[in-house]
Amino acid sequence: MARTVLNQADIARALTRISHEILESNRGAENLVILGIPTRGVVLARRIAETIQRIEPTATNVRVGSLDVTMYRDDLGHTRTRTPSRTLVPGSIDGVTVVLVDDVLYSGRTIRAALDALGDHGRPTIVRLAVLVDRGHRELPIRADFVGKNLPSSTAERINLHLLEVDGDEFVSIDGGPPGGEHPDGVDTEAAS
Amino acid sequence: MRHLLSTKGLSQGEAIRLLDIAEDMADVADREVKKLPTLRGKTVVNLFFEDSTRTRISFEAAAKRLSADVINFSAKGSSVSKGESLKDTAQTLAAMGADGVVIRHPASGAPHVLAESGWIDAGIINAGDGTHEHPTQALLDAFTIRRRLHRGAARGKGLDGVTVTIVGDILHSRVARSNLWLLTTLGAHVTLIAPPTLLPMDMSGWPAESGFDLDAAIDAGPDVVMMLRIQQERMNAAFFPNSREYSRRWGLDDERFGRLAPTTIVMHPGPMNRGLEISSAAADSAGSTVREQVANGVSVRMAALYLLLSGDREDS
Repeated sequence: MARTVLNQADIARALTRISHEILESNRGAENLVILGIPTRGVVLARRIAETIQRIEPTATNVRVGSLDVTMYRDDLGHTRTRTPSRTLVPGSIDGVTVVLVDDVLYSGRTIRAALDALGDHGRPTIVRLAVLVDRGHRELPIRADFVGKNLPSSTAERINLHLLEVDGDEFVSIDGGPPGGEHPDGVDTEAAS
Repeated sequence: MRHLLSTKGLSQGEAIRLLDIAEDMADVADREVKKLPTLRGKTVVNLFFEDSTRTRISFEAAAKRLSADVINFSAKGSSVSKGESLKDTAQTLAAMGADGVVIRHPASGAPHVLAESGWIDAGIINAGDGTHEHPTQALLDAFTIRRRLHRGAARGKGLDGVTVTIVGDILHSRVARSNLWLLTTLGAHVTLIAPPTLLPMDMSGWPAESGFDLDAAIDAGPDVVMMLRIQQERMNAAFFPNSREYSRRWGLDDERFGRLAPTTIVMHPGPMNRGLEISSAAADSAGSTVREQVANGVSVRMAALYLLLSGDREDS
Protein backbone atom coordinates (compact mmCIF):
# COMPACT_ATOMS: atom_id res chain seq x y z
CA MET A 1 0.00 0.00 0.00
CA ALA A 2 1.99 2.94 -1.28
CA ARG A 3 1.46 6.35 0.28
CA THR A 4 2.45 9.31 -1.84
CA VAL A 5 4.72 11.70 0.01
CA LEU A 6 5.65 14.09 -2.78
CA ASN A 7 3.78 14.71 -6.00
CA GLN A 8 5.18 16.19 -9.18
CA ALA A 9 4.60 19.80 -8.07
CA ASP A 10 6.22 19.11 -4.68
CA ILE A 11 9.27 17.68 -6.42
CA ALA A 12 9.53 20.73 -8.69
CA ARG A 13 9.31 23.06 -5.66
CA ALA A 14 11.93 21.08 -3.76
CA LEU A 15 14.33 21.22 -6.71
CA THR A 16 13.77 24.95 -7.11
CA ARG A 17 14.60 25.49 -3.45
CA ILE A 18 17.70 23.27 -3.70
CA SER A 19 18.82 25.29 -6.75
CA HIS A 20 18.48 28.54 -4.78
CA GLU A 21 20.37 27.04 -1.86
CA ILE A 22 23.19 25.88 -4.13
CA LEU A 23 23.47 29.38 -5.62
CA GLU A 24 23.40 30.94 -2.18
CA SER A 25 26.13 28.71 -0.77
CA ASN A 26 28.26 29.05 -3.92
CA ARG A 27 27.57 32.81 -4.18
CA GLY A 28 26.47 32.50 -7.78
CA ALA A 29 26.87 30.00 -10.55
CA GLU A 30 30.59 30.45 -11.22
CA ASN A 31 32.95 27.47 -10.95
CA LEU A 32 30.05 25.12 -10.43
CA VAL A 33 29.84 21.57 -11.75
CA ILE A 34 26.73 19.53 -11.04
CA LEU A 35 27.19 15.78 -11.27
CA GLY A 36 24.28 13.37 -11.03
CA ILE A 37 24.64 9.77 -9.89
CA PRO A 38 22.88 7.43 -12.37
CA THR A 39 20.14 6.80 -13.03
CA ARG A 40 17.76 9.27 -11.42
CA GLY A 41 20.41 11.51 -9.95
CA VAL A 42 21.42 12.46 -13.50
CA VAL A 43 17.86 13.58 -14.29
CA LEU A 44 17.72 15.62 -11.09
CA ALA A 45 21.14 17.15 -11.79
CA ARG A 46 20.00 18.25 -15.22
CA ARG A 47 16.85 19.85 -13.80
CA ILE A 48 18.81 21.64 -11.10
CA ALA A 49 21.24 22.97 -13.72
CA GLU A 50 18.33 24.24 -15.83
CA THR A 51 16.76 25.90 -12.83
CA ILE A 52 20.03 27.57 -11.88
CA GLN A 53 20.38 28.83 -15.43
CA ARG A 54 16.87 30.27 -15.19
CA ILE A 55 17.51 31.95 -11.85
CA GLU A 56 20.83 33.41 -12.97
CA PRO A 57 20.47 34.16 -16.67
CA THR A 58 23.89 35.83 -16.65
CA ALA A 59 25.62 32.60 -15.67
CA THR A 60 27.60 31.62 -18.76
CA ASN A 61 27.40 27.88 -18.59
CA VAL A 62 26.36 25.71 -15.72
CA ARG A 63 28.27 22.48 -16.27
CA VAL A 64 26.32 19.32 -15.67
CA GLY A 65 27.28 15.66 -16.04
CA SER A 66 27.00 12.18 -14.63
CA LEU A 67 29.24 10.18 -12.33
CA ASP A 68 28.78 6.42 -12.28
CA VAL A 69 29.94 4.78 -9.06
CA THR A 70 29.47 1.09 -9.90
CA MET A 71 33.19 0.37 -10.17
CA TYR A 72 33.81 1.96 -6.76
CA ARG A 73 31.13 0.15 -4.75
CA ASP A 74 32.16 -1.84 -1.69
CA ASP A 75 29.60 -4.60 -2.26
CA LEU A 76 30.65 -5.77 -5.73
CA GLY A 77 31.59 -9.22 -4.52
CA HIS A 78 28.33 -9.74 -2.65
CA THR A 79 25.66 -9.12 -5.27
CA ARG A 80 25.00 -10.02 -8.85
CA THR A 81 27.25 -8.25 -11.33
CA ARG A 82 25.95 -4.73 -11.81
CA THR A 83 25.88 -3.08 -15.20
CA PRO A 84 27.61 0.27 -14.97
CA SER A 85 26.17 3.48 -16.41
CA ARG A 86 27.92 6.21 -18.27
CA THR A 87 30.22 8.72 -16.64
CA LEU A 88 30.36 12.11 -18.33
CA VAL A 89 32.40 14.71 -16.51
CA PRO A 90 32.18 18.03 -18.35
CA GLY A 91 35.74 19.33 -18.53
CA SER A 92 38.17 19.60 -15.65
CA ILE A 93 36.86 19.55 -12.11
CA ASP A 94 40.10 20.82 -10.58
CA GLY A 95 39.48 23.82 -8.37
CA VAL A 96 35.71 23.99 -8.82
CA THR A 97 32.73 23.32 -6.58
CA VAL A 98 31.15 19.99 -7.39
CA VAL A 99 27.59 19.33 -6.32
CA LEU A 100 26.80 15.60 -6.31
CA VAL A 101 23.13 14.87 -6.88
CA ASP A 102 21.36 11.63 -5.96
CA ASP A 103 17.72 10.66 -5.60
CA VAL A 104 17.59 8.94 -2.20
CA LEU A 105 20.21 9.13 0.53
CA TYR A 106 20.16 5.97 2.64
CA SER A 107 23.24 4.11 3.92
CA GLY A 108 25.64 6.67 2.46
CA ARG A 109 27.67 3.97 0.70
CA THR A 110 26.82 5.23 -2.77
CA ILE A 111 28.12 8.67 -1.81
CA ARG A 112 31.28 7.13 -0.35
CA ALA A 113 31.83 5.43 -3.72
CA ALA A 114 31.06 8.69 -5.54
CA LEU A 115 33.68 10.57 -3.51
CA ASP A 116 36.27 7.94 -4.46
CA ALA A 117 35.25 8.11 -8.11
CA LEU A 118 35.40 11.90 -8.06
CA GLY A 119 38.97 11.82 -6.76
CA ASP A 120 40.04 9.88 -9.84
CA HIS A 121 38.75 12.65 -12.10
CA GLY A 122 40.44 15.57 -10.39
CA ARG A 123 40.55 17.65 -7.24
CA PRO A 124 37.54 19.89 -6.68
CA THR A 125 37.90 22.64 -4.09
CA ILE A 126 34.56 21.82 -2.52
CA VAL A 127 32.22 18.86 -2.85
CA ARG A 128 28.59 19.22 -1.78
CA LEU A 129 25.75 16.74 -1.76
CA ALA A 130 22.17 17.37 -2.86
CA VAL A 131 19.47 14.68 -2.53
CA LEU A 132 15.77 14.73 -3.20
CA VAL A 133 14.96 12.41 -0.29
CA ASP A 134 16.94 11.67 2.86
CA ARG A 135 15.48 8.57 4.47
CA GLY A 136 18.02 8.17 7.28
CA HIS A 137 19.77 4.95 8.39
CA ARG A 138 23.28 6.12 7.55
CA GLU A 139 26.05 3.55 7.86
CA LEU A 140 28.85 6.03 7.21
CA PRO A 141 29.64 9.53 8.47
CA ILE A 142 28.05 11.26 5.48
CA ARG A 143 25.34 13.92 5.36
CA ALA A 144 23.63 15.90 2.65
CA ASP A 145 24.06 19.68 2.27
CA PHE A 146 20.82 20.18 0.35
CA VAL A 147 17.78 17.99 1.02
CA GLY A 148 14.45 18.03 -0.81
CA LYS A 149 12.62 16.16 1.88
CA ASN A 150 13.62 14.43 5.06
CA LEU A 151 11.67 11.22 5.14
CA PRO A 152 12.38 9.29 8.31
CA SER A 153 11.50 5.68 7.53
CA SER A 154 11.92 2.21 8.89
CA THR A 155 14.34 -0.10 7.12
CA ALA A 156 11.38 -2.38 6.40
CA GLU A 157 9.72 0.33 4.37
CA ARG A 158 10.35 0.97 0.72
CA ILE A 159 10.78 4.40 -0.81
CA ASN A 160 9.66 4.64 -4.44
CA LEU A 161 10.97 7.59 -6.36
CA HIS A 162 9.73 7.97 -9.91
CA LEU A 163 10.79 10.65 -12.38
CA LEU A 164 9.11 11.47 -15.66
CA GLU A 165 12.18 10.99 -17.85
CA VAL A 166 12.96 7.54 -16.44
CA ASP A 167 9.67 6.07 -15.28
CA GLY A 168 7.00 7.92 -17.25
CA ASP A 169 5.35 9.26 -14.09
CA GLU A 170 6.55 11.28 -11.15
CA PHE A 171 6.11 10.93 -7.38
CA VAL A 172 7.77 9.86 -4.17
CA SER A 173 5.90 7.24 -2.20
CA ILE A 174 6.52 4.96 0.72
CA ASP A 175 5.15 1.47 1.28
CA GLY A 176 5.62 -1.61 3.40
CA GLY A 177 6.80 -1.13 6.95
CA PRO A 178 5.36 -2.19 10.27
CA PRO A 179 1.85 -3.70 10.29
CA GLY A 180 -0.92 -1.17 10.76
CA GLY A 181 1.59 1.49 9.94
CA GLU A 182 -0.57 4.28 8.56
CA HIS A 183 1.58 7.24 9.35
CA PRO A 184 0.50 10.79 8.83
CA ASP A 185 2.80 12.69 6.51
CA GLY A 186 6.25 13.28 7.90
CA VAL A 187 5.85 11.33 11.12
CA ASP A 188 8.94 9.42 12.14
CA THR A 189 8.10 5.81 11.47
CA GLU A 190 11.33 4.64 13.05
CA ALA A 191 9.75 5.09 16.46
CA ALA A 192 6.97 2.70 15.50
CA SER A 193 9.23 -0.07 14.26
CA MET B 1 28.78 -14.53 -16.66
CA ARG B 2 30.90 -17.29 -15.12
CA HIS B 3 33.35 -17.95 -17.93
CA LEU B 4 34.07 -16.53 -21.37
CA LEU B 5 34.97 -19.55 -23.48
CA SER B 6 33.44 -18.85 -26.86
CA THR B 7 31.29 -16.32 -28.68
CA LYS B 8 29.06 -19.06 -30.05
CA GLY B 9 26.97 -19.32 -26.92
CA LEU B 10 26.78 -15.59 -26.33
CA SER B 11 23.32 -14.06 -26.68
CA GLN B 12 22.83 -10.73 -28.41
CA GLY B 13 21.90 -9.11 -25.10
CA GLU B 14 25.00 -10.43 -23.35
CA ALA B 15 27.25 -9.33 -26.20
CA ILE B 16 25.82 -5.81 -26.31
CA ARG B 17 26.06 -5.53 -22.53
CA LEU B 18 29.73 -6.44 -22.66
CA LEU B 19 30.39 -3.96 -25.48
CA ASP B 20 28.55 -1.23 -23.58
CA ILE B 21 30.63 -1.86 -20.46
CA ALA B 22 33.72 -1.73 -22.69
CA GLU B 23 32.62 1.78 -23.72
CA ASP B 24 32.66 2.81 -20.05
CA MET B 25 36.06 1.18 -19.67
CA ALA B 26 37.37 3.07 -22.70
CA ASP B 27 36.33 6.34 -21.03
CA VAL B 28 38.62 5.53 -18.10
CA ALA B 29 41.65 5.92 -20.39
CA ASP B 30 40.79 9.62 -20.82
CA ARG B 31 40.73 10.40 -17.12
CA GLU B 32 43.29 11.82 -14.78
CA VAL B 33 43.62 8.51 -12.92
CA LYS B 34 43.45 5.72 -15.48
CA LYS B 35 42.66 3.02 -12.99
CA LEU B 36 39.58 1.62 -11.27
CA PRO B 37 39.58 -0.04 -7.85
CA THR B 38 36.99 -2.60 -8.94
CA LEU B 39 39.00 -5.85 -8.76
CA ARG B 40 41.21 -4.89 -5.84
CA GLY B 41 42.32 -8.03 -4.03
CA LYS B 42 41.54 -10.34 -6.96
CA THR B 43 44.25 -12.34 -8.68
CA VAL B 44 44.29 -12.94 -12.42
CA VAL B 45 46.63 -15.55 -13.87
CA ASN B 46 47.70 -15.32 -17.50
CA LEU B 47 48.25 -18.95 -18.37
CA PHE B 48 49.89 -19.01 -21.80
CA PHE B 49 50.84 -22.32 -23.37
CA GLU B 50 51.50 -20.51 -26.68
CA ASP B 51 53.55 -17.39 -27.21
CA SER B 52 51.49 -14.27 -27.66
CA THR B 53 53.01 -11.12 -26.32
CA ARG B 54 50.24 -8.88 -27.63
CA THR B 55 47.32 -10.76 -26.15
CA ARG B 56 49.11 -11.32 -22.88
CA ILE B 57 50.06 -7.69 -22.33
CA SER B 58 46.58 -6.61 -23.37
CA PHE B 59 45.06 -8.83 -20.66
CA GLU B 60 47.74 -7.73 -18.23
CA ALA B 61 46.99 -4.05 -18.86
CA ALA B 62 43.25 -4.71 -18.54
CA ALA B 63 43.60 -6.53 -15.24
CA LYS B 64 45.95 -3.88 -13.85
CA ARG B 65 43.62 -1.03 -14.82
CA LEU B 66 41.00 -2.78 -12.71
CA SER B 67 43.50 -3.05 -9.82
CA ALA B 68 43.73 -6.85 -9.94
CA ASP B 69 47.02 -8.58 -9.20
CA VAL B 70 48.45 -10.29 -12.27
CA ILE B 71 50.59 -13.40 -12.40
CA ASN B 72 52.07 -14.35 -15.76
CA PHE B 73 52.63 -18.00 -16.37
CA SER B 74 54.12 -19.06 -19.66
CA ALA B 75 54.64 -22.68 -20.50
CA LYS B 76 58.17 -22.20 -21.78
CA GLY B 77 60.69 -22.82 -19.08
CA SER B 78 57.99 -23.73 -16.59
CA SER B 79 56.91 -26.95 -14.95
CA VAL B 80 54.82 -27.65 -18.07
CA SER B 81 57.96 -28.16 -20.11
CA LYS B 82 58.94 -30.70 -17.46
CA GLY B 83 55.77 -32.64 -18.20
CA GLU B 84 53.19 -31.25 -15.77
CA SER B 85 49.61 -31.91 -16.82
CA LEU B 86 46.95 -29.23 -17.26
CA LYS B 87 45.20 -30.67 -14.22
CA ASP B 88 48.22 -30.25 -11.96
CA THR B 89 48.85 -26.76 -13.29
CA ALA B 90 45.22 -25.81 -12.67
CA GLN B 91 45.28 -27.20 -9.15
CA THR B 92 48.48 -25.33 -8.43
CA LEU B 93 46.84 -22.08 -9.54
CA ALA B 94 43.75 -22.90 -7.47
CA ALA B 95 45.93 -23.45 -4.43
CA MET B 96 47.49 -20.04 -5.03
CA GLY B 97 44.04 -18.47 -4.94
CA ALA B 98 43.56 -17.41 -8.54
CA ASP B 99 40.19 -15.71 -9.08
CA GLY B 100 40.49 -15.56 -12.85
CA VAL B 101 42.52 -17.53 -15.37
CA VAL B 102 43.22 -16.26 -18.86
CA ILE B 103 44.29 -19.28 -20.87
CA ARG B 104 45.82 -19.67 -24.31
CA HIS B 105 46.43 -23.22 -25.40
CA PRO B 106 47.34 -24.96 -28.67
CA ALA B 107 44.65 -27.58 -28.10
CA SER B 108 41.08 -26.68 -29.03
CA GLY B 109 38.85 -27.08 -26.00
CA ALA B 110 41.51 -26.71 -23.31
CA PRO B 111 39.69 -23.73 -21.70
CA HIS B 112 36.46 -25.77 -21.60
CA VAL B 113 38.27 -28.56 -19.81
CA LEU B 114 39.60 -26.07 -17.29
CA ALA B 115 36.15 -24.53 -16.78
CA GLU B 116 34.22 -27.75 -16.43
CA SER B 117 36.66 -30.09 -14.74
CA GLY B 118 36.20 -28.72 -11.25
CA TRP B 119 39.97 -28.53 -10.80
CA ILE B 120 39.75 -24.83 -10.22
CA ASP B 121 36.90 -22.52 -9.21
CA ALA B 122 38.18 -19.44 -11.02
CA GLY B 123 36.53 -17.61 -13.89
CA ILE B 124 38.10 -18.79 -17.14
CA ILE B 125 38.68 -16.56 -20.17
CA ASN B 126 39.65 -18.23 -23.41
CA ALA B 127 42.47 -16.22 -24.97
CA GLY B 128 42.72 -18.54 -27.98
CA ASP B 129 42.51 -22.32 -28.10
CA GLY B 130 43.83 -24.23 -31.09
CA THR B 131 41.69 -23.60 -34.14
CA HIS B 132 38.56 -23.15 -32.04
CA GLU B 133 37.86 -19.68 -30.68
CA HIS B 134 39.39 -16.39 -29.54
CA PRO B 135 36.35 -14.61 -28.10
CA THR B 136 37.97 -11.41 -26.81
CA GLN B 137 39.49 -10.75 -30.23
CA ALA B 138 36.05 -11.01 -31.84
CA LEU B 139 34.56 -8.78 -29.14
CA LEU B 140 37.20 -6.13 -29.69
CA ASP B 141 36.65 -6.34 -33.45
CA ALA B 142 32.89 -5.91 -33.00
CA PHE B 143 33.54 -3.06 -30.56
CA THR B 144 35.86 -1.38 -33.09
CA ILE B 145 33.33 -1.70 -35.94
CA ARG B 146 30.52 -0.39 -33.75
CA ARG B 147 32.58 2.59 -32.61
CA ARG B 148 33.62 3.45 -36.17
CA LEU B 149 30.03 3.32 -37.37
CA HIS B 150 28.26 5.04 -34.49
CA ARG B 151 31.01 7.13 -32.79
CA GLY B 152 29.77 8.39 -29.44
CA ALA B 153 26.28 6.93 -29.88
CA ALA B 154 27.37 3.28 -30.04
CA ARG B 155 25.90 2.19 -26.71
CA GLY B 156 23.07 -0.30 -26.89
CA LYS B 157 23.48 -0.87 -30.60
CA GLY B 158 24.20 -4.07 -32.54
CA LEU B 159 25.67 -4.38 -36.02
CA ASP B 160 22.43 -4.84 -37.93
CA GLY B 161 22.93 -5.03 -41.68
CA VAL B 162 26.71 -4.45 -41.58
CA THR B 163 28.51 -6.52 -44.22
CA VAL B 164 31.84 -8.00 -43.13
CA THR B 165 34.23 -9.86 -45.42
CA ILE B 166 36.87 -11.96 -43.65
CA VAL B 167 39.82 -12.93 -45.85
CA GLY B 168 42.59 -15.43 -45.22
CA ASP B 169 43.25 -18.70 -43.48
CA ILE B 170 39.67 -19.49 -42.45
CA LEU B 171 40.50 -23.17 -41.95
CA HIS B 172 42.88 -22.61 -39.03
CA SER B 173 41.65 -19.25 -37.78
CA ARG B 174 40.05 -19.05 -34.37
CA VAL B 175 39.67 -15.33 -34.91
CA ALA B 176 37.50 -16.00 -37.97
CA ARG B 177 35.36 -18.50 -36.07
CA SER B 178 34.78 -16.25 -33.06
CA ASN B 179 34.03 -13.32 -35.34
CA LEU B 180 31.63 -15.35 -37.43
CA TRP B 181 29.48 -16.28 -34.44
CA LEU B 182 29.63 -12.94 -32.70
CA LEU B 183 29.12 -10.69 -35.73
CA THR B 184 26.19 -12.84 -36.89
CA THR B 185 24.63 -12.69 -33.42
CA LEU B 186 24.96 -8.91 -33.55
CA GLY B 187 23.12 -8.81 -36.89
CA ALA B 188 25.98 -8.51 -39.38
CA HIS B 189 26.36 -10.51 -42.60
CA VAL B 190 29.66 -12.35 -42.86
CA THR B 191 31.40 -13.49 -46.04
CA LEU B 192 34.48 -15.72 -45.83
CA ILE B 193 37.06 -15.55 -48.59
CA ALA B 194 40.03 -17.93 -48.78
CA PRO B 195 41.99 -20.21 -51.08
CA PRO B 196 40.06 -23.49 -51.48
CA THR B 197 42.71 -25.26 -49.40
CA LEU B 198 42.15 -22.88 -46.49
CA LEU B 199 38.37 -23.18 -46.22
CA PRO B 200 36.86 -25.94 -44.08
CA MET B 201 35.41 -28.87 -46.02
CA ASP B 202 31.95 -28.65 -44.50
CA MET B 203 30.64 -25.19 -43.72
CA SER B 204 26.95 -26.07 -43.80
CA GLY B 205 26.47 -25.15 -40.15
CA TRP B 206 28.12 -21.75 -40.55
CA PRO B 207 25.87 -18.72 -40.97
CA ALA B 208 28.09 -17.23 -43.66
CA GLU B 209 28.65 -17.15 -47.38
CA SER B 210 32.01 -18.24 -48.64
CA GLY B 211 34.03 -17.90 -51.81
CA PHE B 212 37.49 -18.01 -53.34
CA ASP B 213 37.43 -14.75 -55.27
CA LEU B 214 38.64 -11.71 -53.36
CA ASP B 215 38.13 -9.34 -56.31
CA ALA B 216 34.44 -10.19 -56.53
CA ALA B 217 34.11 -9.76 -52.76
CA ILE B 218 35.78 -6.33 -52.95
CA ASP B 219 33.55 -5.22 -55.80
CA ALA B 220 30.51 -6.20 -53.72
CA GLY B 221 31.39 -3.19 -51.56
CA PRO B 222 31.53 -4.58 -48.01
CA ASP B 223 31.38 -2.22 -45.01
CA VAL B 224 34.28 -4.04 -43.36
CA VAL B 225 37.22 -6.01 -44.75
CA MET B 226 39.05 -8.08 -42.17
CA MET B 227 42.39 -9.52 -43.27
CA LEU B 228 43.73 -12.49 -41.34
CA ARG B 229 47.37 -13.18 -40.68
CA ILE B 230 49.00 -15.90 -42.74
CA GLN B 231 51.02 -17.99 -40.30
CA GLN B 232 54.57 -18.74 -41.36
CA GLU B 233 54.13 -22.47 -40.75
CA ARG B 234 51.26 -22.62 -43.28
CA MET B 235 53.49 -21.38 -46.06
CA ASN B 236 55.57 -24.53 -46.03
CA ALA B 237 52.61 -26.86 -45.75
CA ALA B 238 51.45 -26.69 -49.38
CA PHE B 239 48.18 -24.84 -48.72
CA PHE B 240 49.21 -22.45 -51.48
CA PRO B 241 52.18 -22.45 -53.87
CA ASN B 242 54.12 -19.54 -52.40
CA SER B 243 53.62 -16.30 -50.57
CA ARG B 244 53.82 -14.21 -53.72
CA GLU B 245 50.95 -16.06 -55.31
CA TYR B 246 48.92 -15.80 -52.10
CA SER B 247 49.55 -12.09 -51.96
CA ARG B 248 48.54 -11.61 -55.60
CA ARG B 249 45.25 -13.46 -55.29
CA TRP B 250 44.19 -13.02 -51.66
CA GLY B 251 46.17 -10.05 -50.40
CA LEU B 252 44.69 -6.58 -49.90
CA ASP B 253 47.19 -4.83 -52.19
CA ASP B 254 47.17 -1.17 -53.22
CA GLU B 255 45.08 -1.82 -56.31
CA ARG B 256 42.32 -3.69 -54.45
CA PHE B 257 42.44 -1.23 -51.60
CA GLY B 258 41.94 1.59 -54.13
CA ARG B 259 38.75 -0.05 -55.32
CA LEU B 260 37.20 -0.05 -51.85
CA ALA B 261 34.88 2.78 -50.87
CA PRO B 262 36.72 5.35 -48.74
CA THR B 263 34.39 4.58 -45.84
CA THR B 264 35.33 0.90 -45.79
CA ILE B 265 36.79 -0.24 -42.48
CA VAL B 266 40.01 -2.24 -42.91
CA MET B 267 40.85 -4.52 -40.00
CA HIS B 268 43.66 -6.86 -39.07
CA PRO B 269 44.08 -8.67 -35.74
CA GLY B 270 47.88 -8.26 -35.88
CA PRO B 271 50.71 -8.84 -36.09
CA MET B 272 50.62 -7.96 -39.80
CA ASN B 273 52.71 -9.39 -42.59
CA ARG B 274 52.99 -6.16 -44.56
CA GLY B 275 53.14 -6.83 -48.27
CA LEU B 276 51.73 -10.32 -47.86
CA GLU B 277 48.10 -10.26 -46.74
CA ILE B 278 47.89 -6.45 -46.49
CA SER B 279 49.78 -3.63 -48.18
CA SER B 280 51.31 -0.82 -46.17
CA ALA B 281 49.05 1.73 -47.87
CA ALA B 282 45.97 -0.20 -46.70
CA ALA B 283 47.35 -0.84 -43.22
CA ASP B 284 48.22 2.81 -42.63
CA SER B 285 45.13 4.31 -44.29
CA ALA B 286 42.44 6.33 -42.55
CA GLY B 287 40.08 3.38 -42.93
CA SER B 288 42.48 1.07 -41.10
CA THR B 289 41.60 0.27 -37.48
CA VAL B 290 44.71 -1.75 -36.69
CA ARG B 291 45.91 0.54 -33.91
CA GLU B 292 42.39 1.19 -32.61
CA GLN B 293 41.93 -2.56 -32.31
CA VAL B 294 44.89 -2.73 -29.95
CA ALA B 295 43.58 0.09 -27.76
CA ASN B 296 40.05 -1.30 -27.80
CA GLY B 297 41.39 -4.72 -26.85
CA VAL B 298 42.26 -3.42 -23.40
CA SER B 299 38.78 -1.91 -22.90
CA VAL B 300 36.99 -5.06 -24.03
CA ARG B 301 39.16 -7.28 -21.84
CA MET B 302 38.49 -5.00 -18.87
CA ALA B 303 34.77 -5.46 -19.50
CA ALA B 304 35.18 -9.25 -19.69
CA LEU B 305 37.23 -9.37 -16.48
CA TYR B 306 34.69 -7.13 -14.76
CA LEU B 307 31.75 -9.32 -15.78
CA LEU B 308 33.52 -12.51 -14.74
CA LEU B 309 35.14 -11.45 -11.50
CA SER B 310 33.12 -8.66 -9.90
CA GLY B 311 29.86 -10.31 -8.87
CA ASP B 312 29.11 -13.00 -6.34
CA ARG B 313 30.38 -16.14 -8.09
CA GLU B 314 27.68 -18.26 -6.47
CA ASP B 315 24.94 -16.12 -7.99
CA SER B 316 26.18 -15.77 -11.53
